[in-house]
Amino acid sequence: MKALDVSQTVLKAESQGLNFFYGQAQALHGLSLPVYDRCVTALIGPSGCGKTTYLRCFNRMHDLYPGNRYEGEVILYPDRVNIVGPEVDPIEVRMRIGMVFQKPNPFPKSIYENVAYGMRIRGVSSKADLDMVVERALQEAALWGEVKDRLQASAMNLSGGQQQRLCIARALATSPELLLFDEPTSALDPTATSRIEELVTELKQKVAIVIVTHNMQQAARVSDHTAFMYEGRLVEFNRTEKMFTNPSVKLTEDYVTGRFG
Amino acid sequence: MQRHIDQEFSDLKDRLLQMGALVEEQIDRAITAMIERDAVLAGEVIERDMLVNRFDVEIDETCIRLLALQAPAAKDLRFVTTAMKISTELERMSDLAENICERVIELNEEPQLKPYIDLPRMAAWTMKMVHETLDAFVRQDAALARKVCADDDFVDNLTHQLFRELVSFMIENPATITRAIRLTFIGKYIERIADHATNIGELVIYMVEGKIVRHMTPPATSPTL
Repeated sequence: MKALDVSQTVLKAESQGLNFFYGQAQALHGLSLPVYDRCVTALIGPSGCGKTTYLRCFNRMHDLYPGNRYEGEVILYPDRVNIVGPEVDPIEVRMRIGMVFQKPNPFPKSIYENVAYGMRIRGVSSKADLDMVVERALQEAALWGEVKDRLQASAMNLSGGQQQRLCIARALATSPELLLFDEPTSALDPTATSRIEELVTELKQKVAIVIVTHNMQQAARVSDHTAFMYEGRLVEFNRTEKMFTNPSVKLTEDYVTGRFG
Repeated sequence: MQRHIDQEFSDLKDRLLQMGALVEEQIDRAITAMIERDAVLAGEVIERDMLVNRFDVEIDETCIRLLALQAPAAKDLRFVTTAMKISTELERMSDLAENICERVIELNEEPQLKPYIDLPRMAAWTMKMVHETLDAFVRQDAALARKVCADDDFVDNLTHQLFRELVSFMIENPATITRAIRLTFIGKYIERIADHATNIGELVIYMVEGKIVRHMTPPATSPTL
C-alpha cells in the first residue's frame, strides 16, 4: 500500500490487519485502512474483491451467520473501541455506525415509524423527543419537505429514491458517527442518484462516510479518499484526486482506466 | 485487454502527429523563405496556416468528445488533456511561422541588411527541438522531453547574441532600424517557437509521469526585449 499525507485529517476509524473468514474461506487478507472523520472514503474494486465484506465488518453484519470469523481489529475513535471485538455488543456498534444498502429496504411501517425505530429500540418513547428526532433526520436526509404532510403514510408507497433517502434518515436518527453506504444508488435513476450524491456531500460535514460503489465516476465525484481492493487485499489507498489522475500502483491504473482483465 | 477507446486514442495521436509534421514544415519553409528572400514561398506559408488551424479545432473537438463520453481516468485522462494542450502549442508555433513570413515579405522590399548567420542556427536548433519534442510525445519518453527543455537555453543565448548585434547596427546607422527591428522580431518569433517546443516537452513529462514541471524554475536566460 502507498503512503499518503493526511496530516490535516482526524481518524474516525481504522482497520488494522483485518482478516475475515466465511467459514474456511478467507475473504479479507490483512486489510489496514483508515477512515477519516468528515470525509468520504470510497471503496472500489471488481466484484468479489471484498468491498462489501469489508464494509459489513464495520457494522458487525457478519455476526448474523454462524461460522464467520474476524481476526485483527477495526478501531472506532475517539474511544478506540475494537468494533469486531467479541466483547463488544453489535447492537451498540450499530447505534454508532449506520448502514444504507443497495436496495432501499424501508420497514413495512409508516414513514414516521421507520425513522423513529432506532430511537424506540434505544428506549426513547416520549412523543415530543421522537417527533424532534424524526423531523431532524428527515431534514438531514433532504426528505422532510416531501413527506412532512404524510408522516403516517406507508413508507412502501414512496418512490425508490425517496425510500432510499428514508433509509438514510433512519440511519441518521440515532446520530451515528459513521455512515456506511453499500452501492446506495445502483437501483436508482440518475436524478435520484444525484440527489443521494448531493446528500452524501452534505452529510460529510457531520459524519464520516464509507461508500462502496461500482460507479467509478461516483467515487470520483463524492469521495475524498479512495481505496482500491483486489482479491480481498488493499491495493492502493490515496486521495481520490490522485487515484483518478495519477495512481501509484499499476493495477489501480488498469482498473480505473478500464484496462482490467 | 484491448479496449475500443484505444483505437480512438491511437487515431487522436495520429492526427496530432500529422499536425506536428505540418507545423514542422511550416517553420522550415518560413526559414527557407527568409534565407532565400522568397516572397512567394512566404505567401504560401501564410496561406497554409489555416490548415493548421483546422487541425487544432478538429483535435479540440475530438478531445472534448472523449472527455464527455468516455470520462477517461489516470493516464488516459493525462493523454487526452495533454493532446489538447499540445494542439494549442502547435497552432501557436504555426502562427509564429506565419509572422516570420509577414516580416520576410516586408524585408524583401529593401536590400538584405546582413548575411544571416545566427538566425538559421537558431532556426535549425529550434526545429530540432520541435521534432524531438514530438518524438518524445510519440514514444512517451520523458528523458527526451527533459533534454528538449534544457536545449531551450541554447536558443535563448543565440537570441541574446542576435539582439546585441542588431542593436549595434541600429546605433551605427539609423537607416538600418526598420530592417533591424524586423529581424529582431523574427529572432523573437523563433525563440518563442522554441519556448512552445519546451512547453510540449513539459506536457509530455506530465503525461508520462503525472508530474507538473511547468513554472518550476524561472528561465535564467530568457531574452529580454
